[in-house]
Amino acid sequence: MANTISSETMDYVGILAKLELSLEEKEAARKDMERMLDYIDQLNELDTSQTEPLSHVFPVNNVFREDVVTNGDEREKILKNAPEQKDGAFKVPKTVE
Amino acid sequence: MSKQYETVIGLEVHVELATKTKIFCGCSTEFGGAPNSHTCPVCTGMPGALPVLNRQVVEYALAVGLAANCSINQYCKFDRKNYFYPDNPQNYQISQLYLPICHDGWVEIETKAGKKRVGIHEIHMEEDAGKLIHDEWEDCSLVDYNRSGVPLIEIVSEPDMRSGDEVIAYLEKLRMIIQYLGASDCKLQEGSMRADVNLSVREAGTRELGTRTEMKNLNSFKAIARAIEGERNRQIELLEDGKEIIQETRRWDDNKESSYAMRSKEDAQDYRYFPDPDLTPIIISDEWIARIKAQQPELQTEKMERYQREYQLPEYDAGILTASKHLADLFEETVKLCGKPKEVSNWLMTDAMRLLKEHEQEPQELSFSPGNLAKLIGLLEENVINRTVARSVFEMIFAENVDPEQYVEEKGLKVVSDEGALRKVIQEILEKNPQSAADYKAGKQKAMGFVVGQTMRAMKGKADPAVVNQLVKEILEELIVN
Repeated sequence: MANTISSETMDYVGILAKLELSLEEKEAARKDMERMLDYIDQLNELDTSQTEPLSHVFPVNNVFREDVVTNGDEREKILKNAPEQKDGAFKVPKTVE
Repeated sequence: MSKQYETVIGLEVHVELATKTKIFCGCSTEFGGAPNSHTCPVCTGMPGALPVLNRQVVEYALAVGLAANCSINQYCKFDRKNYFYPDNPQNYQISQLYLPICHDGWVEIETKAGKKRVGIHEIHMEEDAGKLIHDEWEDCSLVDYNRSGVPLIEIVSEPDMRSGDEVIAYLEKLRMIIQYLGASDCKLQEGSMRADVNLSVREAGTRELGTRTEMKNLNSFKAIARAIEGERNRQIELLEDGKEIIQETRRWDDNKESSYAMRSKEDAQDYRYFPDPDLTPIIISDEWIARIKAQQPELQTEKMERYQREYQLPEYDAGILTASKHLADLFEETVKLCGKPKEVSNWLMTDAMRLLKEHEQEPQELSFSPGNLAKLIGLLEENVINRTVARSVFEMIFAENVDPEQYVEEKGLKVVSDEGALRKVIQEILEKNPQSAADYKAGKQKAMGFVVGQTMRAMKGKADPAVVNQLVKEILEELIVN
């Protein structure tokens, strides 16, 4: 056991999660994640070859809605969530692919 | 270029489904509303909002999958695809990775090279993203979430296509199937059908696939054909120069007819998919599949066979008429009204097709009513107008959907078969052209044709040619006798 995570992996995970961590934070996160991996190793000791993979925690399926419009124009309320707005749109820093 | 290369192409086609509401909330999918006027906490990704699946999305996905000969995953579920971009307010897109609703199907395509099957790897359901508008003035981007959460199906083909022609034939086939099912209007220009092209090249005769690139931003068949040609040449040049092809996403610029790489290496495409805990699994029973199958409308191949059998149309005509669901509907409704399938087919196949070509339009853009075409055929049948006039009236029906009965009345286009009036016109023409009568007397049959032509011209095409022919002959013969 005792998983170790390299600092390259920590940097990569940081990029994917769009997080900028200080050295201390990175070190703390690394320890947490290593413990999580250890815990998963422990779970992996169980024989699950005869167990169906679980895709939902509740024994429910086929929860549907019918194709009927139920929402009206709530633009003003929705735009209250925008940090900034312009011309009825959410205004964000320029993003071009 | 010394070596021979083969192009290997697979397609990812996104289709916006024709539901009234979004995939996970009760917001309208109507196109063109004011920015953010069709949004709610679910489709703007507010914390704690709960998505609930629209049943109709599953029904459309099943209908398309069954029509494309797919197997159905009767236990399927949704996953989260994680990425950061402002058009995606949740920072993940709800999609299907592990258990897509349909898999392993095929459609048959036909090109000059013959018929072949293109495999369908899978079809999955997912949500569309919002729309970003770049504001040059303030150097910022503006986001409209009206399209966020509009239901999509993504149809992933196998890498079975070898040319631009095959790609176009495949897209036309998919579009036809989906339009027949009423699952989408599939308009490339408006973005309700979008195709990403995965392309690689390899030396002819080799089996191993080359490194592929993915091309985005293709919004017309012409752009797709040009992008395929451009990317094929770019890859071959790299190989010929001994350079490496990088697996990347490229954006096609149809004005410049070239592409550029879209994402940098720091933006690794690692989507960390995991099952979406907000949505419950979907179990599709045998009964449900049977019901969808029973509801499937007559598809193009069946319709084409029926047209040949029921209306005695040639295979070629039946093929053209059924290639667009809209055209086929127009044909059938007009036939129902006038009962003349061959005549309706002729108008659509010749005049309508010619006008569409002149206006660079697609058959689905035909906007006249079946009633007006049926009326036109009736007027012609009863000899109220002649064929030349009918063709010009048809142009008005095509352009403005005019009522032909009213139009013919207003413009005074009815056939003149009043013999007295016609005789008078013919006599005048003969007086002006005494040579014609002399030529006719001398046995020159051509002279008669000249007089008939002059008469039709004087009548501005409104005379009944058969009557004019008969009268000119009578009058000339009388002249000989006298």
